[in-house]
Formats: sequence, C-alpha cells, structure tokens
Amino acid sequence: MTTEEQLTTSIELGQLIGRVEKFKKEGYRLVQVNCTKIGEVYEINYSFDKDFVFRNLRITVTGETEVPSISGMYWGAFVYENEMHDLFGIQVKGMNIDFKGNFIRTSIRYPFGAAIPKGEQP
Amino acid sequence: MTKQIIIPFGPQHPVLPEPIHLDLVLEDEMVVEAIPSIGYIHRGFEKLVEKREFTEYVYVAERTCGICSFIHGLTYCQGIEEIMKVEVPERALYLRTIWSEYSRLHSHLLWLGLFADSFGFENLFMNAWRIRERILDVMEQTTGGRVIQGSCKIGGVRRDINGEKLAQMSKDLDSIQQELEELTNVFLRDASIKHRLKNVGVLSRDDAYSLGAAGPTARGSGVAIDLRKTGYAAYGKLNFQPAVESDGDCYARCMVRCRELFTSIDLIQQAIRKIPDGPTDVKVTGAPDGEYFTRSEQPRGELVHYLKGNGTKFLVRSRIRTPTLTNIPPLVKMLQGCELADVPVIVLSIDPCISCTER
Amino acid sequence: MAFFEMAKTALRTVLSRPATIRYPFEPAKKTLLTRGHVTIDESKCISCGTCQRKCPAQAILLNKEEKTWQIDRLRCVVCNSCIDTCPVKCLFMDTQYTAPVVSRGVDIITITYVKPVKAADKGEAQG
Repeated sequence: MTTEEQLTTSIELGQLIGRVEKFKKEGYRLVQVNCTKIGEVYEINYSFDKDFVFRNLRITVTGETEVPSISGMYWGAFVYENEMHDLFGIQVKGMNIDFKGNFIRTSIRYPFGAAIPKGEQP
Repeated sequence: MTKQIIIPFGPQHPVLPEPIHLDLVLEDEMVVEAIPSIGYIHRGFEKLVEKREFTEYVYVAERTCGICSFIHGLTYCQGIEEIMKVEVPERALYLRTIWSEYSRLHSHLLWLGLFADSFGFENLFMNAWRIRERILDVMEQTTGGRVIQGSCKIGGVRRDINGEKLAQMSKDLDSIQQELEELTNVFLRDASIKHRLKNVGVLSRDDAYSLGAAGPTARGSGVAIDLRKTGYAAYGKLNFQPAVESDGDCYARCMVRCRELFTSIDLIQQAIRKIPDGPTDVKVTGAPDGEYFTRSEQPRGELVHYLKGNGTKFLVRSRIRTPTLTNIPPLVKMLQGCELADVPVIVLSIDPCISCTER
Repeated sequence: MAFFEMAKTALRTVLSRPATIRYPFEPAKKTLLTRGHVTIDESKCISCGTCQRKCPAQAILLNKEEKTWQIDRLRCVVCNSCIDTCPVKCLFMDTQYTAPVVSRGVDIITITYVKPVKAADKGEAQG
C-alpha cells in the first residue's frame, strides 16, 4: 500500500486568498475544490499539487457566507466554483465566469445543500 | 469592429454523442470565446453514497463511467483501503494493474476511432474499433463484463486469472501490438491527417499547467503529470516512462495517446511476468472512519475521489473529480482563436467524457 | 510525410472475412464468465434476505410470508453482488442475456425450500 502524505490545513475564511496566492507563487497547480455538508456547516477543500506533493486547504463556512473566488489566481477554478454554487448553494463572490446557477442544471435547486423535502424525492 | 454572432454547439452534435453545450462567439469564422455548460445528465451519484453501504458503493462508483469503469472502482476501493488501513495482497495489486491497463488500451482505441471519425476518416474509425474488440474480449473472458468489469472489491479483487490465461493474454498482446503499429502509423504519418491536426488547438505549456489540464491533454503540452508514477497498485514495481510531447496541438495529443498504447502493452507484459502467487483478497471488517483524497491515472487524466466516513456503514461524502471536468478550462482556452470548422476536432482532442463528469 | 499509409490495411480488410458476427443469424459471443442474468435454485433458498439487502440497485424483493423471490430485470445491473453474498449459494449467473421486453415487470419465483426437520420430531411432522 502506498500511502500518500496529505497535509490538510484548516484556515480562516479571511486567510484563503493569501494562502492560495502563496501556493500559486510556489508553482502548485489546482487539483480540485470540493464541498462537504456536515450537519449545518459546509467544509470546503482546496487541493493543490506540485510534483506529486499534495496539499489541502480547508475552510468551514455556513450556508449564508459569501466565499471569495480564487479564479483570479487560478483561471480554471470557475468550473469548481460554479459547481459548488449549483449543487450546494454556496455563494461565491467574483467568479471570472459566473453562470448564475446554469452550469449544472438540476431539477431540484441546490440538491446537495438543503435537505430535500420528503415528498419531492423521486 | 466585425459583427459578433453566437453559434450553439451541442448538446446534440454528430461528432460527440455526449451532451456538452458550448456557446461559440464568432467573428466571421473565428471563435473569440467559448462558454461551456453541462448538467444535462446529472445523476447525483455522489448523493447515493448516503443510501448505500460502503461495500456496495463499489458497484455504483464503477458505473460512473462506461469507458474507464474499472479505474473508478479501483480508485474508490483504494480510498477505502487507505482509510481502513487494509493491506491488499500483492497478486491483487498486479491484477488491478493489468485490468487498468487493458481499460486504458480500450479507452484510447475508442478515442482514436472517434477522433478519426471527427476528421472524417471512417475507415480508420472501423479499424481502431476492430482492434478494440479484441481487448474487450479479453476483458469479458477474465472479468465477465465487456464494459463494466466489476472485478474490484474492497480488500482485493473478485476474480483471479490463472497462469494459462495470463500466458495466452501475453501472446495475444504480441499480435495486437503488430496491428496497433499498423494503425498508429496511419495516424502519425499520413499526410492528410497531419495536415488536419498540426497547429490546431494549441495549448501552451504554461496554460496547460496553470489551468489544471490532466492526462494526455497536459502531456501533449509538455507537462509530465502521470499519476501512475506515484506508484499506486503495482505501478511502483513496474518500469515505464510517461509519453510526453511538447507541441500542444491536436497532433501532439494524438501522438501521446498512440504512444501510451504501447506503454500499456509493455506494462501488462511486465506485470504478467512479475505477478506473484498468493491470495487475491483479504477480509475487511469494520467501517471507514476518516477521510482521504485518492488519486489515480485514468485514460483521460488524473482522477480524484474524495471519501469521508464517520465510522458507520454509510459514507458522509464521496466526491468524484473526473479528468474531463478539469480539462474544460484548457478546452475553453484552446477554442479561443480557432476556426469554426476546427471546433469538433479540438473538442474531441481532450477526450471528453461528459457523462462521467456529471456523476 | 507518407501517402497511402492506409492502403495496405484497407486492401487486406476488403479481401478478408468480415470482422463482425452476423447476429441474430449467428449467436452472439459469450464467455464462461459472462454476466447475463441472475437465476435462483428455488429449492435451496432459505429466505434469509441477504441478496435483497446487498443489492445496490434494489432489484430484488423477498417476501417471507408468501415465500416468493422476485427480481426486476430492468433494475438489475448484473453486478454479481447477490451471488457473492448468498450464504447457501443458491443464486447463479447465467451467461445468457435476458430477452428484450416491451413493458416493465418482475419475475416472481416461488421458493420451494422446506426446512429439514430434525430426526426426533420426524414422526410428528409426518403424522
């Protein structure tokens, strides 16, 4: 078994832009951004990689918090941020390409975010 | 200033059987901007993880994609094994490697066929798929499924391949290799194909890296990211070099995939020679508690599964980041400044698999 | 630059037999391991319900009162999960795919398994 060392750093929302910028300067590439709903809060992971060294930044936000976009540093981040918005209902501020909820069109609004009312389940 | 018009491309397009929609902003015949949108077939697989036990979710994870299904299953199993600290037997790791490489062969041949079709070379398309059929036959003979192999499970593999069959597979690969040489020679040498692909959809090395391109799209632009080099499954014990080209155009991406076919054959041959005897699975008890980002190399690039368990039989979150999703931003960059007639070829050159992108 | 690179392959294909099978006049390819459809030996099933619980597609429904085992062939994803987990190995994988259908429906099989009675109360059971 080849265990990969994965360092996860939990940071404050305000530090996010600064830390991502540092990664960008050091030449890391953006692997993925993902969101996990844990109870009432959302955990957002930003993963970076450089020469197979995996680093992970984590912020924890509530549903109402506006998250700043990192698409200024990583142009390609718009796919993840739009996805996060469309599936979880996280508001992302300042995306370079903002689809306004039309990137992934779902029949139920924010399907992974708010609990789905029982009657609407297929 | 020339008048701008918008042409919708997809979700139904003859060259691409999968639903991606691109709004192409044109000035005359030149694309100035492309705006992608997906979401036509979002299936919510990631949500299903809360309703299925983690042992059964293997079957669901595998069905994420119809082309690289084995690698999805493998990646998921690897993640759970990592969280639960399961030691997988050597033989199972080698078998996983063999099946992964067969998947890669079949996926690349499928792509070569579709790519030939996209620039109008029907005959080549048929030939690529004829060879692919022989790969699929081996898959079916060893796992029971042509497309959905279903031979991976947490703690090992569900089926063993006996020595006799392995020897026969190795012999078959020799003849497949000859056929592949003939096929790839057409792709790489033929004057008309070269003319169609050279300098089309150029992606520079810097763009490829900073936009997060993965797999052959990145390697075609000179970025040597190949997750197999991290040594998951049995890759750490096999000797290979990832194929890297530096031109960054459609021809380079085609060349990378052609060369990878031979790398895959070589890897399978090495694995067949080195495979140890022993058990193929271990019993797994308990439930995963913890989280892990598991990564592997799909035919299309880097695949990331994020798994988070809370000690019950149901995982909290499974997130599948497929290579096509990360290849969309580079695609948008490639399309800027190309001719309208080149759009289908460029879109296909990243090997889009929209269905698996949408999970 | 090369021209007519394809000519050799094309010529050989023209002169050789077709690579495809003339289905349905010839039977489709099958291997020993091909996953076609799930079958049950109804005389061995002990109605434990493991297959129903372990089915990722929820295609199997076991009714303990009526002693029936039913499967929705259109829901079944032929993953082999039930066969692997069956404690008495009464489920099998047939290599034949199911025939096409025009409407949804379930296959209902009545379980004929009878619990073997112990030697001591054998006479009572017969009487």
